[in-house]
Amino acid sequence: MSSNINRKKVMKKGIIRFIDIFKENKMGVLGFYIIVFFLLVAFVGPLIYSYNPQEFAKGGLIAPPTKGFPLGTDDMGRSILGALIYGAKVSLMIGIFATLISVFIGTFIGIVSGFAGGKFDSVLMRITDGFMVLPKLPLIMILAALLGSSTRNIIIVLGLTGWTGTTRLVRSQTLSVKQRPFIERAVSVGAGKGYIMFRHILPNVFPLVFSNTILVAAGAILTETTLSFLGLGNPLVPSWGQILRGAFTSGAVSIGAWWYFVPAGLCVILLVLGFTLLGYSFDEILNPKLRRY
Amino acid sequence: MKNENILEVSNLKTYFKIKEGIVKAVDGVSFSLKKGESLGLVGESGCGKTTTALSIIKLLADNGYIEDGKILFKEKDITKMTESEMLPIRWKDISIIFQGSMNALNPVMRVSDQIVEAIQLHENISDKEARERVTKLLELVNLDTGLIDSYPHEFSGGMRQRAMITMALACNPGLIIGDEPTTALDLMVQAQIIDLINDLRKKLDTSMIIITHDLSIITEICDRIAVMYAGKIAEIGTVQDVIFNYKHPYTEKLIKAFPNIYREREMVESIPGFPPNLLDPQKGCLFADRCHKKIGEICEKVDPNLIKVGGKNHMVACHLWEGKDE
Amino acid sequence: MNLSYLSKKLSHSIITLFIVITINFFLFRVIPGDPFAMIAKAGTLSAEYKEELSTLYGFNGSLPIQYVKYLRQLFTFDFGLSFKYRKPVLEILGNRLMATLLLAFFAQLFAIILGTVIGTLSAAFRGKKIDVAALGFALFIYAIPAFWLGIVLLSFFSVKLGILPLNGMVVAGLSHPTTWAYIKDVVHHLVLPVFSMGLAICGGYAIIMRGSLLDVLTEDYITTARAKGLKRKDIVIKHALPNAMLPMVTIIAINLGFMVSGAIQTETVFSWPGIGRLVYEALMARDYPVLQGAFLIISLTVIIANFIADIFYGYLDPRIKYE
Repeated sequence: MSSNINRKKVMKKGIIRFIDIFKENKMGVLGFYIIVFFLLVAFVGPLIYSYNPQEFAKGGLIAPPTKGFPLGTDDMGRSILGALIYGAKVSLMIGIFATLISVFIGTFIGIVSGFAGGKFDSVLMRITDGFMVLPKLPLIMILAALLGSSTRNIIIVLGLTGWTGTTRLVRSQTLSVKQRPFIERAVSVGAGKGYIMFRHILPNVFPLVFSNTILVAAGAILTETTLSFLGLGNPLVPSWGQILRGAFTSGAVSIGAWWYFVPAGLCVILLVLGFTLLGYSFDEILNPKLRRY
Repeated sequence: MKNENILEVSNLKTYFKIKEGIVKAVDGVSFSLKKGESLGLVGESGCGKTTTALSIIKLLADNGYIEDGKILFKEKDITKMTESEMLPIRWKDISIIFQGSMNALNPVMRVSDQIVEAIQLHENISDKEARERVTKLLELVNLDTGLIDSYPHEFSGGMRQRAMITMALACNPGLIIGDEPTTALDLMVQAQIIDLINDLRKKLDTSMIIITHDLSIITEICDRIAVMYAGKIAEIGTVQDVIFNYKHPYTEKLIKAFPNIYREREMVESIPGFPPNLLDPQKGCLFADRCHKKIGEICEKVDPNLIKVGGKNHMVACHLWEGKDE
Repeated sequence: MNLSYLSKKLSHSIITLFIVITINFFLFRVIPGDPFAMIAKAGTLSAEYKEELSTLYGFNGSLPIQYVKYLRQLFTFDFGLSFKYRKPVLEILGNRLMATLLLAFFAQLFAIILGTVIGTLSAAFRGKKIDVAALGFALFIYAIPAFWLGIVLLSFFSVKLGILPLNGMVVAGLSHPTTWAYIKDVVHHLVLPVFSMGLAICGGYAIIMRGSLLDVLTEDYITTARAKGLKRKDIVIKHALPNAMLPMVTIIAINLGFMVSGAIQTETVFSWPGIGRLVYEALMARDYPVLQGAFLIISLTVIIANFIADIFYGYLDPRIKYE
């Protein structure tokens, strides 16, 4: 159908234009490269530097950096550099999957609620507000502890608690898109509600959702790290948060073994920074008020 | 002041730097304004009228700059002044009334405080005296003085515009610029504001520049009109000359685009095509490709200069009239 | 003050409170596993003992009956007994809450002031070096996990330099001769946690302030202020900031949960005896009544703080104040 071909062409043009503008945004490009760097570390790293979390005491215990152990060892004698490389994948994957769940829930509720309007919308938003006010970390901690600390559960818990921001955003955007004349036309032609929401509202809401997703991912990675630090993560799957937990519980802090906790923290900071820079650069590009010349 | 001209703009060029290049928003504009005179600046959106006004008070955006030309206000050249030299001139000598949008006044500050602030920035008088002046000015514009301490959101659109006019008059400036002062108002209120402006013109000796795209207002509150197109002046003269004795083809189209309630019913004409891209303006007359009175190659190759065509200082920039000047 | 605005916000808070209470109730009833696993540390419990415990802790009867009983208990401030300490939960919560409020108040104050300054500098000098530095700092801080900042500061100031205490609210076991000595000791212990938590939170505030101020600077009344001949500094401070602060208040209120997260992490790292740390301890000990109570109290505090913020906003914004 010709309208489909036109759609694709217009979308392609829009994406190319966006990439052109994006290339000029130093903040966004920096964030992009940081994320690419960590993706490489996560997926290519283990091929270059081998690390086995089951092998203990290869070096000394909590030993400072020496030849063979560029970043020293942890409380079980394992190489910290190896743990960092190995953990990159874990931190990334948990963060990304949890984000996908959150954003999916948030977008769905946001569009449905915004489009439906009326009492349904009010009630749904009241409940969302209630959820928003709920202090997130205690809730996540409790859920994680009650459900058990498998990786799958952590992802689910993070996903189920991180949707409120996205919902609010998507809903307000849906409300403004709903006003546009082409929606009215679609309704008058007899388009079903589901069709309108999926085919018309979703594409218009999507750019905003995209930049929001990246920022949600930043938060998810931070939260997973915190959860693991507090001992609620999966101890068998070494994320950066687990490394930091090891550092704290083994007393590395009080003996000044900086190699144990500083590099892991810096990795988290850098990765989260990457996502944040990317997310805010998208915000700058898409929000006309913030645009530069 | 030797010269009776309060403002002399000579060959003003204001450009804007954007990623794709330089936009020549105002490209060689010249006019003068006498004391007490009211000049209307009219043209389509993007023709450079607002940029001209903002150049006069040097309130351009960060990427805008005056490339060339002189602006003499009371015989001092404004283009050469630094930002700190401009500060005392702003409002005290030249004030501006913006479009009556919702947010032209600070929503969290009382109206009285905002006007008093304007006064005290330039004059060393007490709060009490400043407030008294505000009260008198409110009477001048027919606003209930009891509302002096209200917040802007408590005013209607027309009242807000009156408040803005009050503020513009507060320091008794020599020149007031009105940028689309009635555009955001409904017709009844528009009429009131127009009456108010005429009333003030009679009472005070302030010169005015009124910027608008609405010809009907110009004829009511201005002495002279300058028609702008694509960053240049196409035609300038008294209201009488320009409206009833127009010379430029664009002016003709502009006037014909406005339905005249007194004339016979005829179809309103629009101007085909679009205003030119000022990023890389073509050579020659910028109206050439939309002009119905084009005379030939010269229109496409040579940019016409402003020449006198009789009347009281009636000038036009069009090859049609070259050689016919008096 | 506008009455309809107040009552709307009040009813909003009460409804949210009920949602929280309900979620709290269900949270601990629909979890898999035996709630008494902690008590039955050694061996299994006899059936009748389990029955007794169920009655004592309100676990028997149908779900709706349990809910009503739970609500009744709440209204009489009966939060049940702690599994671990066998003391009333309320008693345990009380002391801890005070410690947390002390920490959170000063940390929040520090964070808001620092965040506002950084965000304002960044927005007011947009594009210049100050902006890059300020924004870079804010984004960097935002990416730091609160606990990690605590660990690093602790290892530097307490372990390496030894100038600030390692943990607790006061020196353990020390009896203080005067109230003043007690206060001094607490303040001495407060410095590092407040600095750590405040710094960790301020990043988000700086970013929000920057966005809010940038938005405001595009408004028409800022152009009017420029036309009046105001200096740039005065425009930002007298016209832009008062308007930019308004959405800040709202967003700070919404993000108060963020502060709870910071409190839990900071209290854990610094062994600060607050309610955040209590959540962690109760979780480890599977002490459900305490957990439930702590969660409820924390939520209630956030709701109340939100309400106070709403009142504050209504006071600041004349569009709401005078209607």
